[in-house]
Amino acid sequence: MEATISAMPSRRDYSLLGRDAKRAVETGLAAAEWYHTDVPRKQMKELMQRSDGPAIRDTIIWLGALVLSGAGGAWFWGAWWCVPFFFVYGVLYGSSTDSRWHECGHGTAFRTQWMNDVVYQIACFMIMRNPVTWRWSHTRHHTDTIIVGRDPEIAVMRPPDLLRVVLNFFGIVDAWHAMTDMVRNAAGIISPAEKTFIPEPEQPKAIRIARIWTAIYAATIALALYSGSFLPLMLVGLPRLYGAWHHVMTGLLQHGGLAENVIDHRLNSRTVHMNPISRFIYWNMNYHVEHHMFPMVPYHALPRLHELIKHDLPAPTPSILAGYREMVPAFLRQLRNEDYFLKRELPPTAKPYRDEFHNDNDAVAAAAE
Amino acid sequence: MSDWVEACGADDIDEEDVMRFDHDGRTFAIYRSPDDEYFATDGLCTHEKVHLADGLVMDDIIECPKHNGRFNYKTGAARGAPVCVNLRTYPVKLDAGKILIQIG
Repeated sequence: MEATISAMPSRRDYSLLGRDAKRAVETGLAAAEWYHTDVPRKQMKELMQRSDGPAIRDTIIWLGALVLSGAGGAWFWGAWWCVPFFFVYGVLYGSSTDSRWHECGHGTAFRTQWMNDVVYQIACFMIMRNPVTWRWSHTRHHTDTIIVGRDPEIAVMRPPDLLRVVLNFFGIVDAWHAMTDMVRNAAGIISPAEKTFIPEPEQPKAIRIARIWTAIYAATIALALYSGSFLPLMLVGLPRLYGAWHHVMTGLLQHGGLAENVIDHRLNSRTVHMNPISRFIYWNMNYHVEHHMFPMVPYHALPRLHELIKHDLPAPTPSILAGYREMVPAFLRQLRNEDYFLKRELPPTAKPYRDEFHNDNDAVAAAAE
Repeated sequence: MSDWVEACGADDIDEEDVMRFDHDGRTFAIYRSPDDEYFATDGLCTHEKVHLADGLVMDDIIECPKHNGRFNYKTGAARGAPVCVNLRTYPVKLDAGKILIQIG
């Protein structure tokens, strides 16, 4: 299904300090009460229960595979045999860390909090996300998911910058911004936008982390120069580029092409069925509607949550390929008409939340063109 | 003058769980700890005014259902981002199988 809201402004202002940010506050879109499927407290308590076991197992596999593939790449450095090792190492370094950062940031991966904190710090370094800045930006993302001017984590803004999207499959734009932000923070500067979501007492922590990271990257570059080899950079830093493709591939599906400025995660988020390897790398974030609706539920319980509430959700997208088959044409269409979006169809058993999104009426036209 | 207000029956809350209690336009959270003690705090998270009664009780921690911010519900102390401001706590007593909280 497809729709466009004719009353929306023709141009969007995604700045956290701009016109749409102010409008979102005025209209009640900011910090709004979001739709939740009814789940009995007893069942929700069971789903929310924390356990160290699954995440310890997965972390041993993840770090073990990271060390082995990195060692293999280093061992075969200079020969073609290093390529498959760095292919694996890159995905584990530049993509698996996206989901580890995310889950441990929520504090749901492990029951034991220090374990969440340790994996969070490691993953943040690899994915190049300041652990303080991104903890707070992600808090805002959950408060104001895909609300224009409020959500700092909208991956594809309208009209889509497809060159940026393609470059980010190789981490180029994100890593560049991560590096410039790191250097700026290391110089003691917190940007005006960062100040909108990072509380003042937390800002010195962001600066301290940026300084530590700058020192690590400087040491890695110095080692590469001293040894006359790219190998140190192939192991630290560059995997964020050559291994980024998987987390971008899965991450774009989270909200890509769907509605903006709705307070119902069923309409602006996408659940996608995926192969087991991608689900391991992605730590089940393919159940993205479920995650946003109930962020307390750990990644390993999301399949059970999906079974429990799927009657109230749009049908899941059957595969990554199917997701791209609907999302890419939507991006292309948004180049001509930025108000166009993919309207999620709720099943007959679902509760409608906002009628204007479930009935054809004045607020919703049938199609963008 | 502080009044003791009946909130619920002692058995209305499972062990290691929380329950919402609304009174006189205010909302509270009543907790039953794993060692069978009862506690009360303000009902809304100090971060974004979400009902804590929908959250998860783990030992002496209540975790907010929206952003996973953590408080020690026995002391009200904020224990993890994104919460920075402590919760207000209230005295609790058991009387004939009923939980009473003292609302100041």
